[in-house]
Amino acid sequence: MTALLAVEGLTKHYRLGRSTTLRALDGITLEVQRGETLGLVGESGSGKSTFGRCLVGLHAPTGGRILFDGRPMPNPPDAAFRRRVQLVFQDPYGALNPAMTIGTTLAEHLRAQRYGSGESIRARSREVLDMTGLGAAYATRYPHEMSGGERQRAVIARAISSHPDFIVADEPVSALDVSTRAQIINLMRALQRALGLTWLFISHDLGVVAHVCRRVAVMYLGRVVELAPREALFHRPLHPYTQALLRAVPIPDPAVQRARLSDAPPGEPPDATAPPGGCSFHPRCPRASDLCRTTAPALTTAASGHFVACHHASLEGATLWSAH
Amino acid sequence: MLLDLQNLCVDFPGLRAVDGVSFSLAAGEKLGLVGESGCGKSTIALALMRLLPSVARLGYTTMTLDGVPLADMRGVRGRQMGMVFQDPMTSLHPMIPVGRQVAEGLRHQLGLSRSDAAARTLGLFRAVGIAAAERRMGAYPHELSGGMCQRVMLAMAIACQPKLLLADEPTTALDVTVQAQILALIDRICRETGMAVILITHDLGVAAGMTDRIAVMYAGEIVETAPTGLLFAAPAHPYTRGLLRSLPRLDAGWEDDLETIPGSVRSAAGAVGCRFAARCPHAIDLCRSERPRLAPVAGGHMVACWMDAAASDAAGRPVERLAA
Repeated sequence: MTALLAVEGLTKHYRLGRSTTLRALDGITLEVQRGETLGLVGESGSGKSTFGRCLVGLHAPTGGRILFDGRPMPNPPDAAFRRRVQLVFQDPYGALNPAMTIGTTLAEHLRAQRYGSGESIRARSREVLDMTGLGAAYATRYPHEMSGGERQRAVIARAISSHPDFIVADEPVSALDVSTRAQIINLMRALQRALGLTWLFISHDLGVVAHVCRRVAVMYLGRVVELAPREALFHRPLHPYTQALLRAVPIPDPAVQRARLSDAPPGEPPDATAPPGGCSFHPRCPRASDLCRTTAPALTTAASGHFVACHHASLEGATLWSAH
Repeated sequence: MLLDLQNLCVDFPGLRAVDGVSFSLAAGEKLGLVGESGCGKSTIALALMRLLPSVARLGYTTMTLDGVPLADMRGVRGRQMGMVFQDPMTSLHPMIPVGRQVAEGLRHQLGLSRSDAAARTLGLFRAVGIAAAERRMGAYPHELSGGMCQRVMLAMAIACQPKLLLADEPTTALDVTVQAQILALIDRICRETGMAVILITHDLGVAAGMTDRIAVMYAGEIVETAPTGLLFAAPAHPYTRGLLRSLPRLDAGWEDDLETIPGSVRSAAGAVGCRFAARCPHAIDLCRSERPRLAPVAGGHMVACWMDAAASDAAGRPVERLAA
């Protein structure tokens, strides 16, 4: 596998007034392999959506480099780049024009990508509606005539219609109910297998990420604190924040969940405009030392393919699934 | 019996949001109302508080708290029933310091003087785990995090030591680590004060750890109710079973597709028989023509389904439930 996308030291700062700067991204370095689904998890304000938007060219980064297919990403993105990179948003209702039928929406998208003749656009529209399980009959439907799950299928159909190489999906199932969420997760897995697409899958829901992504990056306050294959991340998490996240997810098992209630992680994410010095997780961290209060740890290799940014990375505090 | 609700119906123009819901609640009992968006679970809470908009038409045979009909709500709302809403940021007044918002209720409900109310508020802020409580009394909602605002909402809801707390998706807008803290806090307060709770949530994991009993709702009806342990161990309604099976797991099963519930809740509209029949793998003709009512299957376990999921015929298909 070769890296389709290589990000080096990416930063995105927002000036909020004279002396306040929000470091939404504070030096992100990672690669996304061709054909891979990389999960990006973190709580609100961690910078995960900002990262996704920088990758598709919706936001211009403040510093660092993005290499797409070996070449620097054009800024602003040109037509060729836009055809190869697509975005799926959280709210499918907001992402579809309510005054357009799904067929018109798809055709407009393909025309903007200079896909080809009217006939080939119609053929491709029918094709992607079939691939996403909607069927060609949905071309005449309006968004308000569809359920939330059907709308998200339409948004995904639009994203894959122009044969992109890379799709950023930002919380694509978070607005959906449990019963439809599972359908969309399965659809994304099927498309992944059938088309060999490369995805960046952004979600706050660790269970969903486990089912969609082979490799997962955990973000906290603008930085990647842990990056590992999913088996390692979920079964052998090394960063105390990853461990806290995994302990906090509600488990649908009364005995397990009752025990977890007494084990809630302390503290709240700090103000991103005035992050604590050193490691930004140290005020909430049970293992924080003087070193953590002064020096931010770099992302280093803990095991093959397993990276962690912690001075005291260890399994202590990890959830033991076998006990459940 | 603390709360007795029989045959609650709520009609909005062109839509029956709640259709014949009955349940009762003992003092100190924790009931989870679980269901997907639009199933009517929030409407029940608003009906109990008499906070429904004026276009809603309310019908019931019994609605009593401690044997007293819930009709004149002065002295009941806030005093005997407190409520916490999903979005703490928009539920608080943006231009009044949070301490005053809590104290106002105390002065109004209990007739406390300004200084007594302030002192009581400070105690409440400490009880709900607001750090630097004295300073936070003068803060405006926008100066506090979502988790802090939800603690303020909780302080407000429990200020007059109500017998019943209605918590409507109290942690849905919060990050997962903060959610765990707020759930633990609600759990602790209930244990200490003996307050009963109706916890409304779409998240079976949240309900698993917080409740004694769960009522699962679908399209305006309770389709199954059971003690929490029994509901997870032996779910009897095909919808409950489908919901539990479609949850992504954190620890295993990542290679397999998730089980799904086909279709969407839209198929319930206008159904003569069981509202779930169009999505149900076990539906027979009876299900489509006649609506099943909640009937007991075991101690405290009731289900509204014609089929008996526990029994099956020679081919392994569930068989029709025998009339009791």
